[in-house]
Amino acid sequence: MGPVIGVLFDGFAYGMLLFLLSVGLSVTLGMMNFVNLAHCAFAMLGGYVTVTLINTYQWPFLATLPVAFLAAGAASVLFERVLYRRLYGASDLDQVLLTIGLAFVAVAVAAYVYGTVQQPVRVPAYLRGSVTVAGLTLGTYRLFLVTVALAVTLVLVLALEYTRFGAQVRAAVDNQRMARGLGINVGLVFAITFALGSGLAGLGGALAIEIVGLDPSFAFTYLIYVLIVVSVGGLGSIGGSFAAAALIGISDVAGKYYAPQLGAFLIYLVMIVLLMWRPVGLFGRR
Amino acid sequence: MSIVGAVTEPHAYLRSQTRWRPVELAFWLATLLPYVLFPDYLVLASAIAITALFALSLDLILGYAGIVSLGHAAFFGLGAYTAGLAAKHGWGEPISGLALGGLVAGIVGYGASLIVARFRHLALIMITLGMGLLLEQAANSASWLTGGADGLQGVKMWPIFDVFRFDLYGKTAYGYSLGVLFIVFLVARRLINSPFGLSLRGIRENALRMPALGAPSRAHIRKIYTIAAVIAGFAGALLAQTTETVSLEAFGFQRSADVLVILILGGTGRLYGGLVGAIIFMVARDQFSGNTPQFWYFWIGILLVAVVMFLPNGVLGGLARLGALLRGRAP
Amino acid sequence: MSAPALSTRGLDKRFGSLVVARDIEFSLPQGARYALIGPNGAGKTTLINLMTGMLRPDAGHILLGDDEITRLAPDQRVRRGLVRTFQINTLFPHLNPLEAVTLAVCERQGIARTWWRPITSYGAAVDEAYAILGSLMLSADCYRPTRELPYGRQRLLEIALALATRPKVLLLDEPAAGVPRDESRELFEVIAGLPGDITVLFIEHDMNFVFRFASRIIVMVGGGILLEGTPHEVAADPRVREVYLGARHG
Repeated sequence: MGPVIGVLFDGFAYGMLLFLLSVGLSVTLGMMNFVNLAHCAFAMLGGYVTVTLINTYQWPFLATLPVAFLAAGAASVLFERVLYRRLYGASDLDQVLLTIGLAFVAVAVAAYVYGTVQQPVRVPAYLRGSVTVAGLTLGTYRLFLVTVALAVTLVLVLALEYTRFGAQVRAAVDNQRMARGLGINVGLVFAITFALGSGLAGLGGALAIEIVGLDPSFAFTYLIYVLIVVSVGGLGSIGGSFAAAALIGISDVAGKYYAPQLGAFLIYLVMIVLLMWRPVGLFGRR
Repeated sequence: MSIVGAVTEPHAYLRSQTRWRPVELAFWLATLLPYVLFPDYLVLASAIAITALFALSLDLILGYAGIVSLGHAAFFGLGAYTAGLAAKHGWGEPISGLALGGLVAGIVGYGASLIVARFRHLALIMITLGMGLLLEQAANSASWLTGGADGLQGVKMWPIFDVFRFDLYGKTAYGYSLGVLFIVFLVARRLINSPFGLSLRGIRENALRMPALGAPSRAHIRKIYTIAAVIAGFAGALLAQTTETVSLEAFGFQRSADVLVILILGGTGRLYGGLVGAIIFMVARDQFSGNTPQFWYFWIGILLVAVVMFLPNGVLGGLARLGALLRGRAP
Repeated sequence: MSAPALSTRGLDKRFGSLVVARDIEFSLPQGARYALIGPNGAGKTTLINLMTGMLRPDAGHILLGDDEITRLAPDQRVRRGLVRTFQINTLFPHLNPLEAVTLAVCERQGIARTWWRPITSYGAAVDEAYAILGSLMLSADCYRPTRELPYGRQRLLEIALALATRPKVLLLDEPAAGVPRDESRELFEVIAGLPGDITVLFIEHDMNFVFRFASRIIVMVGGGILLEGTPHEVAADPRVREVYLGARHG
């Protein structure tokens, strides 16, 4: 019984990491239909910010997290204003090409500055080791990760449901034309959402180092997982992203634990079957 | 130069659109130049011809039918492993190995087309990406068959037509790859000038209008996707046969992304785009990438951003626009 | 008496709580000229989308002649002769009119599947396309890319594409939408000159044209049919004055 629950817990923690990485992309895709394949490059930026602050400036780990969030968000605003917004009406292909190009550049720059090696990060002692809850041994860091992700989810859901800005976001995702008609500045709402989403990805990137490591290939390796989560969860749906991330995280960890020879085969199969069954994702409406 | 005008007769106009132009003949004659000018680079030339064939295959679905694929290497890899396995297990005859590679890729391509034809936009990108990753993982997992991450070793080819041995300098390899590329190009050229080719352009231009004209768009997409898969399979088989090895990289996402870059660089929907793009890309990579491939992708990234922002129809599109300007016509 | 060219029975469609088609029943006799009018949002285009298969009805039946077509895909309906045009130009921007209409002719003749013979070997299809373009006064523009054509020409090309499919029933969705009044005459002449064996249903806001050209008029309001009658009856009906003419001119 023990290993099953352990695998479930590790999978769920991994899923929560995927959720942080993907929720921003899900919402911005739902709103602008913009295929941003550079999303994980912003996550990678967050990771490298944390690495630099800890290793070069000896910041405490927890203090670096808000900076990772802000740095990724700020960088995304710059790109959104200068490049992305010119392509909102453009074809999928143009969007794919532009953002793949940016991801390539990000990978190259990261490799130039930090090299292609894995970045070592030591999390503080109180996050290492494990705790025993009701006879189960759970990794402290994973517990911390799950807590952060659940807190973020709670804040997002509440903000979306109960704030004026949240209502504007929901309107823009539902029906952009009608939202414009109601006098909502969709461009501004989108820019802010985009920055928040990229910031969360940056936070995810910082939190990911302890679990999956950090090297320049991060921008593509995790992009694939993020896209799977987004397309399975359905565009523009926080609940959908959450459920899909948990599902994919658990399947991946369970797959690697029980059938290591299959590798990631299982995940891709799950995605293709799900998409064939429901092209708009599990929770998508369009 | 221009024969467009109110008095032009439609048959003459359509013939003028499909006629061989001098620049095309010059291009194909120039493909023989490496034998004379760069005999030390025939191995590279062969790799370019194979890449051009792969890009031509992508052009048929992306440039002519508007299907964005991020997993086209799936069919390249299938062709490569099929031809490689056939040769490894005692059947090293190149032409039939090539045909077998195309056949296997085509069968899987037809199966995939049943899925692909139902989607567009993000779901389509994800499905094609997912299929590519799926096959890569499958090839990795089935290491008893494919050699897994070590690649497929022990591929031994027989001479082509029992006469032309594969040599270290790539003389035979280049001739073989170029010959296959040229024949497939002729077929593709015929295809795009056919009624079917016209319908494909219709799907690219306006997928919504096609059903309203009574066009079975999904059947068209299934057909071109299968044809493109066969051609990608040929390209993969050529690589396996001319290099006498196959690695997992044949299936890789990097290969799918590279071929997209090549086609975009050359220009989509004009057959020669993939060919020109392959030459520029492969020569530049050979010259500049050296032992630091990450800088190579830095420039590829910059190039992609620049093409999307400033050169929407690729190099050939830019040249066409320049030519139109010089002739005094609006672009 | 022969079967009507096109008829519907009890057609319903709703989006969530919004009813866009409610119990739609009508039938178009062979060769008829019917107009479909109603205020914006009455469900006219939705009705065309239902009949051509671009939307699935929640309930009801659609018959083309004696054949039930309710479950057929849009392209299958077109091949059986039920064809539409679009209110917003739905064309092929980088194809020229000759290529676009030839495409439609090839699809109808079933030769669009062949990929090993050049299009130039199908002279008859090209001739037919050219003749259709000529009959719509588009020959002079037929080698220019569609996106470069003046808007009014593009509206004509919409009709040319539909004619190339040899329709039995033609549904015209605001054929003159967006065309300046002085240019719309050309379009109306083309519509008035359509072969008599084609059954035509058209949506139009120009009441002069509707009253001159239609033998009968169907008035829609709020997703349902308010009434159907001759132009004379419709003009005299107080309900129509109230909901439609009244809303426009009052």
